[in-house]
Amino acid sequence: MPLLQSEPSPLEIKEQALYKEMGLSDSEYAHILSILGREPNYTETGLFSVMWSEHCSYKTSKPVLKKFPSEGPLVLQGPGEGAGIVDIGDNQAVVFKIESHNHPSAIEPYQGAATGVGGIIRDVFSMGARPIALLNSLRFGPLSSERVRYLFEEVVAGIAGYGNCIGIPTVGGEVQFDQTYEGNPLVNAMCVGLINHDEIQVGRATGIGNTVMYVGAATGRDGIHGATFASDELSEQSDEKRSAVQVGDPFMEKLLLEACLEIIKCEALVGMQDMGAAGLTSSASEMASKAGVGIEMDLDKVPQRETGMTPYEMMLSESQERMLIVVKKGQEQEIQDIFEKWDLHAVAVGTVIEDKRFRLLHQGRIVADVPVDSLADDAPVYHMPSQEPESFRINQAQTPWQPEIKDYEETLIQLLKEPTIASKEWVYNQYDSMVQTNTVVLPGSDAAVVRVRGTRKALAMTTDCNGKFLRLDPEMGGQIAVAEAARNIVSSGANPLAITDCLNFGNPEKPEAFWQLEKAVDGMSEACRRLETPVISGNVSLYNESRGQAIDPTPVVGMVGLVEDVAHITTTSFKNAGDQVYVIGAATPEFGGSAVQQLLTGQVSGKPPQLDLQVEVNRQHQLLQAIRQGLVASSHDISDGGLAVALAEGLMGTDFGCVLTLHSQAGAEAELFAETQSRFLVTVKPEDSQAFEGLVKDAVKLGSVTRDGVLSIKHKEEEIIHSEVSALEQAWKGVLPCYMQSKTVN
Amino acid sequence: MKTAVIAFPGSNCDRDMYYAIRDGIGQNVEYVWHHETSLEGFDAVMIPGGFSYGDYLRTGAIARFSNIMPAVIQHAEEGKPVLGVCNGFQVLLEAGLLPGAMMRNRALKFICKHVDLEVVNNQTLFSSLYEQGEVLSIPVAHGEGNYYCDEETLRQLESEQRIVFRYKDNPNGSVADIAGIINEKGNVLGMMPHPERATEALLGSHHGLKLFQSILEHWRESHAALAK
Repeated sequence: MPLLQSEPSPLEIKEQALYKEMGLSDSEYAHILSILGREPNYTETGLFSVMWSEHCSYKTSKPVLKKFPSEGPLVLQGPGEGAGIVDIGDNQAVVFKIESHNHPSAIEPYQGAATGVGGIIRDVFSMGARPIALLNSLRFGPLSSERVRYLFEEVVAGIAGYGNCIGIPTVGGEVQFDQTYEGNPLVNAMCVGLINHDEIQVGRATGIGNTVMYVGAATGRDGIHGATFASDELSEQSDEKRSAVQVGDPFMEKLLLEACLEIIKCEALVGMQDMGAAGLTSSASEMASKAGVGIEMDLDKVPQRETGMTPYEMMLSESQERMLIVVKKGQEQEIQDIFEKWDLHAVAVGTVIEDKRFRLLHQGRIVADVPVDSLADDAPVYHMPSQEPESFRINQAQTPWQPEIKDYEETLIQLLKEPTIASKEWVYNQYDSMVQTNTVVLPGSDAAVVRVRGTRKALAMTTDCNGKFLRLDPEMGGQIAVAEAARNIVSSGANPLAITDCLNFGNPEKPEAFWQLEKAVDGMSEACRRLETPVISGNVSLYNESRGQAIDPTPVVGMVGLVEDVAHITTTSFKNAGDQVYVIGAATPEFGGSAVQQLLTGQVSGKPPQLDLQVEVNRQHQLLQAIRQGLVASSHDISDGGLAVALAEGLMGTDFGCVLTLHSQAGAEAELFAETQSRFLVTVKPEDSQAFEGLVKDAVKLGSVTRDGVLSIKHKEEEIIHSEVSALEQAWKGVLPCYMQSKTVN
Repeated sequence: MKTAVIAFPGSNCDRDMYYAIRDGIGQNVEYVWHHETSLEGFDAVMIPGGFSYGDYLRTGAIARFSNIMPAVIQHAEEGKPVLGVCNGFQVLLEAGLLPGAMMRNRALKFICKHVDLEVVNNQTLFSSLYEQGEVLSIPVAHGEGNYYCDEETLRQLESEQRIVFRYKDNPNGSVADIAGIINEKGNVLGMMPHPERATEALLGSHHGLKLFQSILEHWRESHAALAK
């Protein structure tokens, strides 16, 4: 096989172990030798290294991911394609997926975040779906750090820059701040799309002789080895990998989106796949492998924006806004004409071949020729050793911590000022949350709600994960992440349908980190089974470590629910003076991992709150029934900061107050600040209270909504909180702008 | 009434505008692609929001050179209604159909939220169904909505009652709280807030609906006059 000058020869790659620089191990290289029966050249070594990276092959997480329930009566497409699909009736379906862009965002926050959004959008429209909403789940270190403030500001700007331009509303998500993410922020982007059943596309290259076409932006040298970079720990040297971060062009993606949604109506189209991680290599080899065929491509025909690109560079580039499509032979013109209308060019770059090879030509020579299945399917699968960490045993054995609270009002104000709890208006006011004119519930409530135009239906969507609970107990924390997402969905008036997940963990080669991954997935799987929300798509981001320190295990859950009728849509804000205030579920004195423990002790320890999934299921069913019967005025799940924070949030932005009396056996501390699971704060019109109590068994009346703008809480005849809502709101809203020294609060 | 919604590559509120006309006021509406050169047969023209041509040079700066713009200018010269919203307003400024220019928002950040607008002039074909001084809740969503014009132009706009909407609580730093202005003839309105996003109570506000109804009312009256 001919060599390209300046690239190491196959022998040099072997003898100098150059494959290691590309992320391949000795045993993996030996495996490639046995597959090919010869030494791979430089380009071929590159193909294997990206396709066998954790990011593309899931080689260490695969055995764990198999545990997820991924089937259900409504699931039309489970994991394995661009995104998962769930039936919502009337020949319509919802398509969604979440994906991480953590490492790129850590070193180039604007482009890292922007291209994360761009990538997830392509995953959704490559299925043939029109993207209707975006959500983002973000984690940063403490805002007291200047570097963190820079990352936070730029990540938000990058998300806004891409999402606003392309015209897909960013409707929700979450932002949390904790020391654990200081060196390794998390940027997870989720996209939700809508599709008709008969327009579902799959990334398959069927039909021998059919034409492989390249559309979208030209290929440059950006993002080379991005997938490999994502599969390694961040280090002092990571800044040198800036060139592995791609640069986004949302305008190009808008054109590509519209053109692709137009070609799905053409009979000439066979298959379509986004060129995401590992670019041209993964899209072409996966499409061929899935269809049981091979692909031959002539790299001279690949549109290039730089001169002198080598096959290695072209195949490993992660330039953005590119798609690979397979078109019936002889019908290329029809497809080309549609792209021309959008000022884009569809270029024939290859052919589907019977021989199951992945063959690349460059300047008239074959520069790579490997079995196509070996790239897509033959990556080794590792069963990593797993070990329970010492810290888990210590936390489990610890005597439960109990707070001593002298001033309840001050504690509430301090909690509202915690950046994780504080208002995120500074963030979401930078996002266009309304374009497409379907957003019924804007950011800031439990879940965002987007109606399905032309029907009475709507979709509720949320992202959730409390890493502190997983730090203490990944299995229980994993269950809680799913249950809390479902609580948000139910609270909004929707029935949870399914989840997508982004598993952000530390280096799986360390047995303690792998144990966390296993346990978290066990917990999530159990909750998914009981709540009947299968996992339909997702992404794994391992190696989230900086300076050898792993992040808290953070499996972000993205959940979508179906609102049967827009009349059922419920928000967290209190609605009328005189409404009765209920709390569903009794408090227990569980403070492990709570916001109040972090606030008062500067750390978390002990066991997280315990979750009984049967209780969870019952309460969710009862509450949803009450909502659907029109008995609920407002509903809010009780999470970070407990009931006290939930009450304050229910009052924010209204002129109301409320007068409540606590009767709890567990004490005022627990009633107000514990993060006991499966609890909701609900308001009900007086005339509906009897019917409501009849339906929702664990509801206890605490008091009523008033007109006076004061939150008043009594315990044992003493008023322990008497706060002007306006003062609470000022504390809650002022935090982020104050840190960011911004003028945008108005 | 037959309405054209101009679609540039990068327009992203074109569909929202389309639905506001079709579903909001139940009128005939069509998209007109930027390659087209004629607007014959259309009674009103809407230039929607978005990022035309990516807004890479300057907002609206490339769109004004597109094939359809001479027809838009002709339509305006014939005295027929032209509404430019957000990026559409920026295009009208670049095309010289309205005076002034846009700068980045005062806080240098994109802003998306509902804002309160005051109807400053209800004697226009776009605002006749509002009360003078009425306060409307209409969303803004822009990064460059900080309207600027020199003092002489401002005096002229004010003396000729060409300021149609003003912000109650200026979100972007615009001169004199200006949210929307008309041309001298009164048939071209540019505004940064999005009335097409405020046509259904379900989505938080229907205060934008009367703007479209005003245009329809004007069309009916002028047609009735023609028929006589």
